[in-house]
Amino acid sequence: MKRNLPHGRDALLLVLGVALILLVLFMDALAPLFRAAFPQLDTAVYARESFLKLTLDHLALVLVSSLISVSVGVAAGLFVTRRAGREFEPLVSALAAIGQTFPPAAVLAIVVPLAGFGFVPTIVALTLYGLLPVVQNTIAGLGTVPTDTLEAARGTGMSATQILWRVELPLAMRVIIAGVRVSVIINIGTATIGSTVGAQSLGTPIIAGLVGDNIAYVIQGAVLVGLLAIVSDLLFERLERRYRFGS
Amino acid sequence: MPAVFRHADRRLVANRVLATLLVAAVAGSLLLPFAAMAPNRLVSGESVALVAALSPWQTLVLLGLALVLGVACLARPLGEHRGARTALIAAPLALLVVLYGLGDYATRALADASPAARVSQGAAFWVAVFCCALMMVDAFQRLRTPLWLCSIYALVVLGGIVALFAAGTFDALAIMQEYFNIEDAFAAQFVTHLVLVGLALGPALVVGLPLGLLAHRRPGARGPLFGVLNFFQTIPSIALFALLVTPLSRLGDALPWLREWGVSGIGAAPAIIALIMYSLLPIVRNTHAGFAGVAPATLEAASGMGMTATQVLWRVEIPLALPVILSGLRIVTVQAIGLTVVAALIGAGGLGAFIFQGLGQYAIDLVLLGAVPTIALAVVADFLLQILVTVSRPAGAR
Repeated sequence: MKRNLPHGRDALLLVLGVALILLVLFMDALAPLFRAAFPQLDTAVYARESFLKLTLDHLALVLVSSLISVSVGVAAGLFVTRRAGREFEPLVSALAAIGQTFPPAAVLAIVVPLAGFGFVPTIVALTLYGLLPVVQNTIAGLGTVPTDTLEAARGTGMSATQILWRVELPLAMRVIIAGVRVSVIINIGTATIGSTVGAQSLGTPIIAGLVGDNIAYVIQGAVLVGLLAIVSDLLFERLERRYRFGS
Repeated sequence: MPAVFRHADRRLVANRVLATLLVAAVAGSLLLPFAAMAPNRLVSGESVALVAALSPWQTLVLLGLALVLGVACLARPLGEHRGARTALIAAPLALLVVLYGLGDYATRALADASPAARVSQGAAFWVAVFCCALMMVDAFQRLRTPLWLCSIYALVVLGGIVALFAAGTFDALAIMQEYFNIEDAFAAQFVTHLVLVGLALGPALVVGLPLGLLAHRRPGARGPLFGVLNFFQTIPSIALFALLVTPLSRLGDALPWLREWGVSGIGAAPAIIALIMYSLLPIVRNTHAGFAGVAPATLEAASGMGMTATQVLWRVEIPLALPVILSGLRIVTVQAIGLTVVAALIGAGGLGAFIFQGLGQYAIDLVLLGAVPTIALAVVADFLLQILVTVSRPAGAR
């Protein structure tokens, strides 16, 4: 295996991660820079809320929704690949595929009349949307486990539960994590748009900047949320690498 | 499928999926509000239950159809296949009755209400529509219906829905009221949405296809290329749109002729550039995968027949890679339709403009007028491109 390649990615992760943390904590220190770049603006750094609070709110949105979608999604994927639920597998797969063609922003908008404005509809929309890649990849991941391997496990006298925990899930883990990665990255993006339905997130300064014609706010929000997405993606990539067996 | 699962005829319920959907539809329809009636556009309305909203004959027909569907999921007397065919008739009829019932209720309710009053659809309506659609999908999967037959069926059902629209059934609904208020603007933004998607996909294909071929021919270029493109794909759309605003407005200031071309910070230019950046990864990845999937033996046979490299490319590699490349196009088209919604935030227009305008005014029906057509557009584009992918497959592989 290419053992030396990942070091470059790890270094990138470290640099971007440190940059993200420093920017979240000390954005104010860049005020002179923004003032020099945009002299026409009255306030150069978004100050209605600290960037730390905005980032934590953003992470809370993503974490809460991702926890729900991962637990429900993996459970659903497991159910439809067991004997009792196999009949539901084609429909659940079709649903996951069709559902992902729905634009996330439109799903967010559709939830508003049902759940109102604020934190709740954003969580609902993120959870619903985040479910789909997790379900899809759980089914796909469990499907990649070779029948020979399952037969061998059964032959050694393992129970169905043991096979699930010791054979199927470990072998499927990489594909499942890839699904969680897609789900989390999409949710980081959609949580940004959540600020248009009243959920506070890193999208809040972006929207405030676009509405109030303050380009500095826009840049501050966009850079932070972009970094957050990339750092999360690199973290997941690292996690996926751990579960690569024998390839 | 192992023999264990083939005991369908010994069970009471042959189709547990249909049974689950039916229970969900009935429970949802009875427990959730079917419609909401509001005195004006901006306040949320009073809930109306399905039973209260539908006229007696509609309730009876729906009850009858629910019974038919209930029988269709049993092991006897119809069994799995005839049951699925029955569901394919009963489910769309139930869908049309629910749609007609909602429109009819709105017309009756508004007949003796103030002109500002509004009727909009509730959660039970969506649950019923959703479950009916899934029943049809399930039936098709059980019957293993070929795609062309599904398409004709979908056209007939869509025809029924369009006929309801044409007959003015929904004219009294709030979402249609909203539409009549801004009919011209809606058409214009709809066209803008399509134009933005088209302007992004065209250049993305022109750049992406050769890059995909390059990734296939030069393995060394693959890592950096996919790395950079994945980097763009990861950045949230609103952030990328917003980050492009500044450099483009600077560029527009510096070069006035660009500004005359419409390149400026706010508007279509940053949106199109961002959409192109998002579209590149799936196109390049699928083009590469398509070429990589062509069997080496096929290539050798082709050059053995005396074909030149160019002939092999055009007559062998491209036709064989086409289905995978078109799958990439399918992904990007659907993705671009969705991302264009967000582009409305930087003033590019499109259907997203209604969504964000509606959110700003707390006018939910305007939000839906933007969101529902966008979803419909994405689903239809996905379905059409799926047909194209199937058609592009070589006859033996279909």
